[in-house]
Amino acid sequence: MARLARARSVFRAIAVTVVPAAAALDDGAWRDLEAIVEDEIAKRPARVQRQILALLRAIDFLPLARYGRRFSALDRARRTRFLHALEHAPVLLLRRGFWGIRTLVLMGYYARPAAATAIGYRADARGWEARR
Amino acid sequence: MSARRYDVVVVGSGAGGGTVAQALATLVREGVRVLVLEQGPRFSAAEFTGREREMAGALYHDSGGFLTADGTMTLAFAHAYGGSTLVYTGTSLPAPERVIRRWAVPGLDHGDLARRCARYLGENNAHLLSPAELNDNNRLFAAGARAAGYVAEQFPVNVRGCKGSSLCNLGCPNDAKQGTNRVQLPAAERSGVEVVTRAEVLRIEADRSLTVRVSEAAPGAKGHPSEWVPGVHQVIARMVIVAAGAIGSPALLLRSSLPLPRALGRGFTCHPALILVAAHPRPITNDVGHPKSYFVDRAADERFVLETCMYFPFTTAKAITGFGDSHAALMRDFTNLQMILLLACDRAVADNRVAVDAAGRPVVHYRFTEETIGGLVAGTRASARIFFGAGAERVLAPFADPPVLDRSASGDIDSRITRRGWLPGTITVSAAHLMGGCAMGRDASDSVTDAWGVVHGLPWLRVADASLFPDGLEINPYVTIMALADRVAEGARRDLAALAD
Repeated sequence: MARLARARSVFRAIAVTVVPAAAALDDGAWRDLEAIVEDEIAKRPARVQRQILALLRAIDFLPLARYGRRFSALDRARRTRFLHALEHAPVLLLRRGFWGIRTLVLMGYYARPAAATAIGYRADARGWEARR
Repeated sequence: MSARRYDVVVVGSGAGGGTVAQALATLVREGVRVLVLEQGPRFSAAEFTGREREMAGALYHDSGGFLTADGTMTLAFAHAYGGSTLVYTGTSLPAPERVIRRWAVPGLDHGDLARRCARYLGENNAHLLSPAELNDNNRLFAAGARAAGYVAEQFPVNVRGCKGSSLCNLGCPNDAKQGTNRVQLPAAERSGVEVVTRAEVLRIEADRSLTVRVSEAAPGAKGHPSEWVPGVHQVIARMVIVAAGAIGSPALLLRSSLPLPRALGRGFTCHPALILVAAHPRPITNDVGHPKSYFVDRAADERFVLETCMYFPFTTAKAITGFGDSHAALMRDFTNLQMILLLACDRAVADNRVAVDAAGRPVVHYRFTEETIGGLVAGTRASARIFFGAGAERVLAPFADPPVLDRSASGDIDSRITRRGWLPGTITVSAAHLMGGCAMGRDASDSVTDAWGVVHGLPWLRVADASLFPDGLEINPYVTIMALADRVAEGARRDLAALAD
C-alpha cells in the first residue's frame, strides 16, 4: 500500500462519498478495496502515479479555502457538494481527474467478489443451467 | 541474430488476420511459408473465469481502459490468439449497402463484399437464437421498442452450444463463440500455417524485414507461453499483411521506416458508446443468457444504433453517471436492471487520427463532432422511450440533470435530455468498434491502400483489418472485416508469385 498509504485518509473520505456503502466496510474489506486500487495505480506510468497522488492531496486541501477544513474533515453534504463541483468543473483537466479517481474507487469497491454478490450479480459459466 | 524467412507474414490474428491466415492456407501445400504473428497469448477456455477485473487485465489492452489523448473516451481492444473476436458478443451483420456506396472506394463493390460476408456468416454458424434462449433483458428491449414505435431487429449470433453465461466480453468460458480463435486459425494451423503468439512486431523495414519482440509469460499470468524463445527476432518476408487492428496497424506503420502515404493514421472512426440502464420494479433475467439479441438501427436518419447489452458490476458502475446515493440506488437494483448500449455513428474527419509517441506507443486523437454528440443525445432519448415503454421505473439519462429520470418524466424526454448536458469528462464514453487509419481509396493523395488493401507504392505491403475502412461502418464490424480480409488474401494469392525474394 506504499502509494495509497500517503493519501489514505482523503482516499477513504472520497470513497465513502462516491460509494456510501463503503462506510460499512470492515478492515479486511478496506484492505481488499485498496489492494485493487493500489494494483491499478501501480500499472500506470510513474508520471500518472504522481498525478493521481497530487490530485488526491489537492482534493484534500482545496476545500480549506471555501470551508476552512480539509476534505477528509468535512461532513458528508459538503464532501458531496465539493466533489460535484469538481465533477462539473469548467476545466477539462479537473473533470478528467475526478473521473479517474471516481473510476478507481468504483473499481476498488465493485470489482470485489463480495460487492458483486451483495448487489445480486450471479453470472456463471454454466449459464441457464446454473439457474435451474 | 539470424533471420527467419517466410513468404507471407501476417501481423495480427483477429477478424482480419485470422481470415487471411485461413485463406492463404491452401498455398502451404504448394510450399509457400505463411507465418502469423500475434501480440497476445493463446488462451484456453478454462482460463476464462468470468471474473471482471482479472479477465479485463488478461485480454484487453490497458484492461479495456485505453484513453484517447484528451482523456474523454476509452477504447477497448484485445490482444490474444483470435484478437478482439475473443471478446465480442458474436453479433453477425453483413456490410450495409448504403455505407459501402458512401465509402465510394474505386474497385470496391458491395455485391462482392456481400457474397464474401454471406460465406463467413455461414462458416461461423451465424443464426438467430430461439425465443426460449432469450432473457428478459432482451425481451423487454423488443417490447419497449414496439411500444415506443421503433423497429427492433434480431441479431444473428455466431455461437455453437451457447450456454448463456452472459460472459462474452470476458472470453467465452464454453468455447461457444465462433471467433477466428475457434474457426479460421485452427483450420489454418491444421494446414501448416505457423502461428506465433506473444510476438509483437516493433517495426517493418523497407527491406521487408520485421523486428519482432517475443515476450515471456509473467509468473502466474494467464495464457500459454510463446511458440518461440523470448527475445528479439528478425523475420524476412516476401509479402507482409498487417492486420493488427485500427490502432495497432497504423501505429506499427507509423513506427516503421517506410515511404507511406500522408493519410496514414488519419480518418480514425469508432462508435462512441454509452451504457444506459433502467430499473424495473421487479427482478429480471439479465446476467444469464446471451447478452445481445436485438438492435434498433437509426444510423441512416439519426446517427445512432441501440443494442441490447449486459455488463459486469464495475463496468456498469463506471457507466452510471454521478456518484453517491442515486448511483448506489441503481447499483443496488442490479437484479432489476435493463441495459442498452447506445452506439453513435461518427464520420471520418482528418483530425481524428492514430499517432505514435516518442516511444512508438499509439496515441489516438479524437474529438467529438457535433453530429456525433447529436447521435448520442438522440440515442439517449430513444433509449429512455424504450425503457419506459418496457415498464422501467427509473432511467439513467446522462444528458439530464439530475441524470436519473423517473416515470413522471417520461412525457418530457426531449426537454430533459438535451445537448446542454454534454460535458466531456463527466460522462463515461467508450468504444469497441475501432475503424480507419489505413483507409482504402483512389491513390496516395487520399488514402493509404487501394481496394485490395495494397499500400500505395509498396506492392509487398498490405493491410487487412478495420483500419481499411475509409469511414464509419454503422454496424458491428467483424463480418465486414472478414470480407475485406478475404479480398486482401485473394489479391495476395494472385500477386505473390510476382514478388521477388
